[in-house]
Amino acid sequence: MARVAAVTGNEAVAEALRQINPDVCAAYPITPQTELMQRFAAFVSNGKVDTELILVESEHSAMSACIGAAAAGGRVATATCGPGLALMWEMLYVASGMRLPIVMAVVNRSLSAPLNIHGDHSDAMGARDSGWIQLWSENAQEAYDNTIQAFRIAENMNIRLPAMVCMDGFIISHSIGRIEYLEDEPVRSFVGEYQPLNPLLDLDNPKSYGPLILTDQYHEYKRAQHEVMTRVKDVVLAVAAEFEKVSGRRYGLFESYRLDDAEIGLVILNSAAGTAKDVVDSFRERGIRAGLLKPRLFRPFPYEEVAQALKGLKAVAVLDRADSFGGYGPVFMEVCSALYPLAERPVVINKIYGLGGRDFLPQHAEEVLAELEEIARTGKVRVAKEYIGVRE
Amino acid sequence: MADTVEIRWHGRGGQGTVTAAKVLADACLTGGRHVQAFPEYGPERSGAPLKAYNRISSKELRMHCPVLEPQVVTVVDASLLDSVDVTEGAKPDAVFIVNTAKDPKEIREKLGAKPGQRVFTVDATRIALETIGRAFPNSPMLGAVCRVTGLVSLDHLLEDVRKSFGKKFSEKIIQGNLDAVRRGYEEVKEG
Repeated sequence: MARVAAVTGNEAVAEALRQINPDVCAAYPITPQTELMQRFAAFVSNGKVDTELILVESEHSAMSACIGAAAAGGRVATATCGPGLALMWEMLYVASGMRLPIVMAVVNRSLSAPLNIHGDHSDAMGARDSGWIQLWSENAQEAYDNTIQAFRIAENMNIRLPAMVCMDGFIISHSIGRIEYLEDEPVRSFVGEYQPLNPLLDLDNPKSYGPLILTDQYHEYKRAQHEVMTRVKDVVLAVAAEFEKVSGRRYGLFESYRLDDAEIGLVILNSAAGTAKDVVDSFRERGIRAGLLKPRLFRPFPYEEVAQALKGLKAVAVLDRADSFGGYGPVFMEVCSALYPLAERPVVINKIYGLGGRDFLPQHAEEVLAELEEIARTGKVRVAKEYIGVRE
Repeated sequence: MADTVEIRWHGRGGQGTVTAAKVLADACLTGGRHVQAFPEYGPERSGAPLKAYNRISSKELRMHCPVLEPQVVTVVDASLLDSVDVTEGAKPDAVFIVNTAKDPKEIREKLGAKPGQRVFTVDATRIALETIGRAFPNSPMLGAVCRVTGLVSLDHLLEDVRKSFGKKFSEKIIQGNLDAVRRGYEEVKEG
């Protein structure tokens, strides 16, 4: 039986963490993630979980404590966003290099300067090369569902990698929406008993983590990290199939929305994909064959599957809520890499939208789809990369 | 009302406007409906103008942006009528619910409401002072919204207010708020 509630994205993820009851959580508050950890801290204080909550003096310390606890043999979770994630940078690589299955909610926020606390994807996109699995979420329901699935993916014995679950700051983290919670028992049996691997606290079998490796072995170690990433897709799909049995909700590597016979399409992450889907519907009602692809698993990126989903289109716009200044948006670069091996492929353009929480409105999706119609008809591209929704 | 009802609230920081939007969303979950409640995010300053939004629908709500063409406009603080264009984007058949002691006809004129639009008023601040003892007009406004929109029954709304406020407040304050909601429901009038 599902429990229906009207809650914020932060509340939804805190509830998932309560149901999962991790052994250790080390966290430092930062807007818009603060409410998530505040609610989880209340669960700890009220005895709703057995988690040892470690309050630290910075995000660098938060991730360091998570790494220690995970290496010791515990199930570990944390949450952060924006500059907090940036301060964790060094330790993100340590967590993945040590193959520790830490799960972290990332409430996507912009990076300074200028100082801005609002939603954009610059934080997690900057962390995309850190060796963490990344799952992205359109709304509170997906953030809740992805959090539960992330533990199973990260802790899989053939994977053992940290995973971040992303949702849009404020737009989802602070907005109330309808959610269907699973009951506690099904979540606990879905996630299962934690299986430690090479725990430091197994004192009869001493081992060391993160020793110095010079030129003799480092390269091989990094290849092993690449190799394990190639196995993640299958685990994500297997976990999704099991989750569907428990929840009735279906997840894949990405969501294909009305793409099968589409001629033009948008590729867009997180909350803006919801707004854009309504606009795709209105184009369909006018007889225009529009579709949408919303990535869910961004790391590792499912190149072959994305190429298959988009290959029949004439024109595609990739919308990025982050920029690689002097380059293209991060999602655009992946989609182009996915499509390049194809002999025939759609024309692809890049739009940067919504930085620092700028609203992504239906009219923005309408304008981009109208431009794609024009490109599909004429084959002519006006501009490869452009900021939209800009105040001139 | 339509499949999807979109509401825009205008208030000032500290009046409980965002709480009202949240309580309304929670109350509207009945019947398997989908709901959204969210404020316009900015610096939170007591007394500063703010907006909050609701969407309530029988269908899944995927739109994640401010309400631009509201069906219902709720003005929790009438002094905003002098500084904010609360009619912006309102649908041709929108309803306005304004907290004021003034006659709805006078407010209708001030708003320049179109022929298809309806204007309601309720003296929510006075009701709040008489029931809660403090100028928190959000509860009577909720009662008025309930009456005008018919989104949820009064009984269900009262139950939900008790549930939402029960966690934080004393029985006396809860009772005051319940009376305030009921009176807002009863005293709202059209011009």
